[in-house]
Amino acid sequence: MGQAIAFYTMAAAILGFAVLVISTRDTVHSVLFLVLDFLFVAALYVLLNAPFVAVIQVLVYAGGIVVLYLFVVMLVNLKRPPEAHQDPHRRTKLGFGMAAAVLLEVAAIATYTSANPAPAIAASAAMPVTGNTEQVGWLLYTSYLIPFEIASMLLLVAMIGAIILAKREL
Amino acid sequence: MIDGFVIPLLKIVIVLNATLVGVTYMVLLERKVIAWAQSRLGPMRVGPYGILQPIADAVKLMIKEDITPVRADKWVFTAAPIISMVPALIVYAVIPFGPEVNLFGRRVSLYVTDVNVGLLYVVSVASVGVYGIILAGYSSNSKYPLLAGLRASAQLISYEVAVTLTLVSVILVAGTLSMVGIVRAQESGHVWFAFVQPMAFGIFFIGGLAETNRAPFDLPEAEQELTGGFHTEYSGMRFALFFLAEYANMIVVSSVATTLFLGGWLRPFPNVAALGFLDFVPVWMWFLVKSFLFLYVFIWVRATLPRYRYDQLMRLGWKVLIPLAILNLVVTAVIRVLLI
Amino acid sequence: MEAQTIRGAMFDTDELVINMGPQHPSTHGVLRVVLRLDGEKVVDCDVVIGYLHRGIEKLSENRNWTQIILLTDRMDYVAAATSNVGYCETVEKLMQLEVPRRARYVRTILCELQRIASHCLWVGTHAMDIGAMTVFLYAFRERELILDLFEEFCGARLTYNSMRIGGLPLDIPPGWDKKVLEFCTIMDSKVDEYETLLTHNRIWLERTKGIGVISGEEATGLGLCGPALRGSGVTRDVRKDEPYAAYDEMEFDVPIGSDGDTYDRYLVRMEEFRQSLRIIRQAAQGIPEGPIVGKVPRLIKPAAGETYHAIESPKGELGFFIVSDGKSTNPYRFRVRPPSFCNLQGLRRLVRGHLVADVVALIGSIDIVLGEVDR
Repeated sequence: MGQAIAFYTMAAAILGFAVLVISTRDTVHSVLFLVLDFLFVAALYVLLNAPFVAVIQVLVYAGGIVVLYLFVVMLVNLKRPPEAHQDPHRRTKLGFGMAAAVLLEVAAIATYTSANPAPAIAASAAMPVTGNTEQVGWLLYTSYLIPFEIASMLLLVAMIGAIILAKREL
Repeated sequence: MIDGFVIPLLKIVIVLNATLVGVTYMVLLERKVIAWAQSRLGPMRVGPYGILQPIADAVKLMIKEDITPVRADKWVFTAAPIISMVPALIVYAVIPFGPEVNLFGRRVSLYVTDVNVGLLYVVSVASVGVYGIILAGYSSNSKYPLLAGLRASAQLISYEVAVTLTLVSVILVAGTLSMVGIVRAQESGHVWFAFVQPMAFGIFFIGGLAETNRAPFDLPEAEQELTGGFHTEYSGMRFALFFLAEYANMIVVSSVATTLFLGGWLRPFPNVAALGFLDFVPVWMWFLVKSFLFLYVFIWVRATLPRYRYDQLMRLGWKVLIPLAILNLVVTAVIRVLLI
Repeated sequence: MEAQTIRGAMFDTDELVINMGPQHPSTHGVLRVVLRLDGEKVVDCDVVIGYLHRGIEKLSENRNWTQIILLTDRMDYVAAATSNVGYCETVEKLMQLEVPRRARYVRTILCELQRIASHCLWVGTHAMDIGAMTVFLYAFRERELILDLFEEFCGARLTYNSMRIGGLPLDIPPGWDKKVLEFCTIMDSKVDEYETLLTHNRIWLERTKGIGVISGEEATGLGLCGPALRGSGVTRDVRKDEPYAAYDEMEFDVPIGSDGDTYDRYLVRMEEFRQSLRIIRQAAQGIPEGPIVGKVPRLIKPAAGETYHAIESPKGELGFFIVSDGKSTNPYRFRVRPPSFCNLQGLRRLVRGHLVADVVALIGSIDIVLGEVDR
């Protein structure tokens, strides 16, 4: 019962802040609402008995990535209003179009999964079911090792690219 | 009911109050210790030996006029000091002051809670604290506080990397992320982790100095002579919150260092029965003494060393501490896999 | 404190103009420095002085020769006795007066005590600007000892008026020379204390090595003097080149630097502490007996003529140029060549290419006193 109340309040907060992210005029406020969103998502993870993922969500997303977003937003002067376009309703039309596409996709996935239920995840060898950290670590370094390595390569490439773009002399 | 609700609430109240009192008296401690290092006495007038000085400071700051710049972003301006202060306080939820003890006939654990990702919780909360500085600089609606705030926060997030890497080495040695578990690991291993991981301890100490914007890494604060610093536009109690947040962060770093490296609540040589007479000292007293020692060294370092220039500071963080921390991690991991 | 960008919106990579001072904790007085920055690096700087101008040179034209000694106190107020000595010696040179040996010895002791006092203040403020705040209090603790010695001698702690044309106004109190020797013993260990805190400290080295490098030829060309010049390797010390007071009878070395950076200037001054103590010991142990003031006419009225005389003040070569018209009791023209003024001209050359945080270190490294710069 308490869980349900907690879940619905947090879900409402997440959705509310998400709407505020896209509707507020000030870019910095938008980013701040995003941070709050992430914090509430972390709380949801805690509800789902995944404390490790929750803490990582705060540490990486809210505490790292969005800080850098904030740096960029603050350093770039975004107070200029967007230029008037020939079609003033262009954005609304685009928005509706994308919403429709997403809805279609969600419907397609729902019908597909109800028709073919997903098989149980094969427990890969002896997975210690002690805690969330161990579970995530086990999966990450056995079944999902290659995506993990590719992701780290990607980050490395991004870092090198950023350094080369920003340095004055190498 | 009592065990599930009242006792944790009581613990929270006690810990919060103790922390806040500790933070205000940190101010006095710093003034006194620096004064003694400089052949003078520090505050002596208010109360015997200046003991009531923090109260005088608090009263002064509370009755000061609260100025908000005209075109500042009001909500963010108000929120920034709070965002600075809150993370420093909520970290105390996982810091263990002692094991389970018998208190008034009940088994009470001397920590608010023991999450099994306790250490990661500490790091993630600390990383949220950076927002206070960025938002303070931004909401002042002025070029210099903004730049100074961005600089100070860049310093913080750079040293966060080094500090987190050292914490990972400690986790490798202890085998658990829970704070209580780490102290227990030191107990069963009969050795404080400061001796097992000396380099991690050193890097943690230096990183801790940089994380809390303390000398020798306090150029973003000292340069306020030239550029204003991120808290230029703050006055009265809001300004006080920033400074208290800095001291609160210092106490947090000391507490975390005590738990991770100095054995937490353990008395020296817990396995040596001959020193059993030391057991009359309550466990939390050992914790406080060790934290206090750490804090004293922080203040001592401030009184002694000159300060780094900003580019030298960043170079130290990225080019010296992070490689050392990675090296330490690799060596620890290799030894852990091969030998233990 | 205002800053405007030169052509461009905020955060353009064009140059930014920042104003430092005149009220600023790190400019050692009322000095205004306008910096032009390219990002973080200083491209150029404009030094604005004159905030402490009191018209000392013009005032001197309406005072008689003895009254001007009071005015010289207030120029380099950190090392007032040195200015007194310089001025008195200039007048004595013009009037060809003989100063008794005892007076010359006491003048030497006082000058060297002033050198130590001035360097104490220098090391304290320089270290504090770079962040080591404790050295400031230690240095001032020792400066207090010197000020106590001066107070015993002439009754004042800062503006001494402790010289007269032809000698000194009073003889030293009995036991004063013993106190001076005791002070020397204390000071020796204290200089070691400052060196322990700074000289081999890694952070200090990083903040001062390679900062503000200037070669010997450039320094001479700019007109630098004192430790700022000696740090670049130029052997020029008025005490050795043109000895005055009792320096020709003293044995001492002049420290010379090699790299011409802030660290070398620091080392030069730290060694000067020790050499000054050496001189004071020699002088205090051998003060000759005799009169404390020479044969000076009641009314000081030098014959018509002009002369220039320089001494080595803690900041550099302090010169006095006086013109007497032979008729009145006031000088016709009184002009000071202040070392701080000439050294400050080097600031513009020194800060080029450095970061903003170094500007403060460089102002401290040159060691200026605004009273002298502005007069």
